Amino acid sequence: MSGEALLRVNQISKSFGGVQAVIDLSLQLGQGDILGVIGPNGSGKTTLVNLITGFVKPNRGEVYFKDKKITGFAPHKIVDLGVTRTFQIMRPYHSLPAFKNLIVPLNSPRIRRTRGGKLGDNDGVAIDILEEIGFERDAYVPYKIASSLPLGYLKRLELARCLALQPEVIICDEIFSGLSMSEIGTMIPLIEKLQMDGISIIMIEHRLRELFRLVNRVIVMNFGSKLAEGSPEAVMAKPEVRGAYLGTEGELC
Amino acid sequence: MGKELNQQERRKERLDRGIKVRTEGLYALLSWREMSYLLLPRMVLILGLLFIPLLLDMYWQRVLCVAGVYALLALSFDFLAEFVGLVCLGGAFFIGSGGYIAGLLNHWMGWSPFLTIPIATVAGAGVSTLVLLPCLRLRGIYFAIISFMFPLLTVYVIIALNIFGGTEGITALATFPNIWVDQYLILGAVILSLFVMRRLVNEDFGLILRSIKDNDQAVKASGISITVYKAKAVFIASLIGCFGGAYLCHLYGWVGISQFTMDFSILPIAATVMGGMGTLVGPVLGALILTPMSEALRGFGQLRVVLYCLILIGFIVYKPEGLMNYLKRKFHQFEHWEEV
Repeated sequence: MSGEALLRVNQISKSFGGVQAVIDLSLQLGQGDILGVIGPNGSGKTTLVNLITGFVKPNRGEVYFKDKKITGFAPHKIVDLGVTRTFQIMRPYHSLPAFKNLIVPLNSPRIRRTRGGKLGDNDGVAIDILEEIGFERDAYVPYKIASSLPLGYLKRLELARCLALQPEVIICDEIFSGLSMSEIGTMIPLIEKLQMDGISIIMIEHRLRELFRLVNRVIVMNFGSKLAEGSPEAVMAKPEVRGAYLGTEGELC
Repeated sequence: MGKELNQQERRKERLDRGIKVRTEGLYALLSWREMSYLLLPRMVLILGLLFIPLLLDMYWQRVLCVAGVYALLALSFDFLAEFVGLVCLGGAFFIGSGGYIAGLLNHWMGWSPFLTIPIATVAGAGVSTLVLLPCLRLRGIYFAIISFMFPLLTVYVIIALNIFGGTEGITALATFPNIWVDQYLILGAVILSLFVMRRLVNEDFGLILRSIKDNDQAVKASGISITVYKAKAVFIASLIGCFGGAYLCHLYGWVGISQFTMDFSILPIAATVMGGMGTLVGPVLGALILTPMSEALRGFGQLRVVLYCLILIGFIVYKPEGLMNYLKRKFHQFEHWEEV
């Protein structure tokens, strides 16, 4: 079982002072899988991302990638192995044009290795990636200064930054939040395409309906621990999940 | 079929637009007018710097040499502050370490300045980078404070241990053959490092540094070690500073604890504020104006500092964008003037 999982989180815990952000959480992600992580606000979803990607060090527990322990690695070392993430709050490199934002990942050691140390035309590669991710509708958009881009493009830019790293795992932290229905509608095929390309994806999301179109397995978190795991229908049918999202009947304060 | 063709055409047009945006600079080659707009300001600066020594007398030529050292420091300060996000007040440390290494090599080994300066530049930058390496995690004011401490600390180490000549310093070092070598060495260094820097901040390496300033989390998430890049940036900045220090010790023929004086940390900031943050050329001009001005005000005795401060405050209040940003704006207005 554990041998085939690409990314394996084992009994991970993190507390900030007295607050238990994540408690003994385990999850597994197989090759080409797409896993949803949902939960009410403050249930520790983003902390989980930070723990997996090395931005926060766990108190207990381990993270394995391809059966290699990556707990305690620096963030750039984990990215170097192929586990990438997007940020919930996007802060692009404001002063640069959109395509120049991808120059940074394209100069990472991971990409330099795959391209044999030669750098070549990074600008061209960056624009190709942006076209792939949906910047092609308006040809001027890739050249606009990043701070002037609308939210939908910024989210795509975050995803493009991950793609530029030729990742094996992408962890999307609320990539749909703040987008209109039509914008989400164009994002969904994009993520399906990534999955078909063999990239494993963890999606942290509040937009359940859109998420359930994509994933076949979800983990529900509440107060830092795993409340339920399984197919979307099975999970949402559970009374404790409904309780966590909507409040329990009769539990008035 | 028609739709297919249309799509191809659209793709071609898109590519053309892309090429145009990415090669804006090349379009300048199309006409002399465009080219002169690009070249004129640069030429004025380079030729101005190269000819200015011919117009000065002996005393002001000396001042120009020192102003050149301050210009290098201001350049390195601006580079670190605006393009890497490290507000480094350790200019005096760069000057001091470069100066002492060059001085000691000359004193002990008897090597000529043209050998000690390159060695001191590289070795001093190495020392400065190693010293600042543990502090690179700090940001903003915290890095500023700790980098400000290092020159002070070194001074007291030298005094307490009475090494490297103690409070007396090392005297009777080799100097340059004549005043023209003095001037053109530093002016050449200023022009060279200015244009190298301008190039560097727009290369991929510079873009990564600017990204670290904008959002270091995203750089980490892009698989790049920010400590390595910050260390490289500090090394480059301290190369410039240490060259200034090594040059200064051979200019005076003397090196002492006053090479760690606060002036070397503070004046570059004033020059950068006056010249315009993030323009690189602005701080250089600022230093070339402020240093002679401070000399010219010497006649006022103690009032000198007051006048100096008033001029600085005036700049901060009335032209907070700095000299260079103002001039650039005016120049661009002039450029588009005829089209209106």
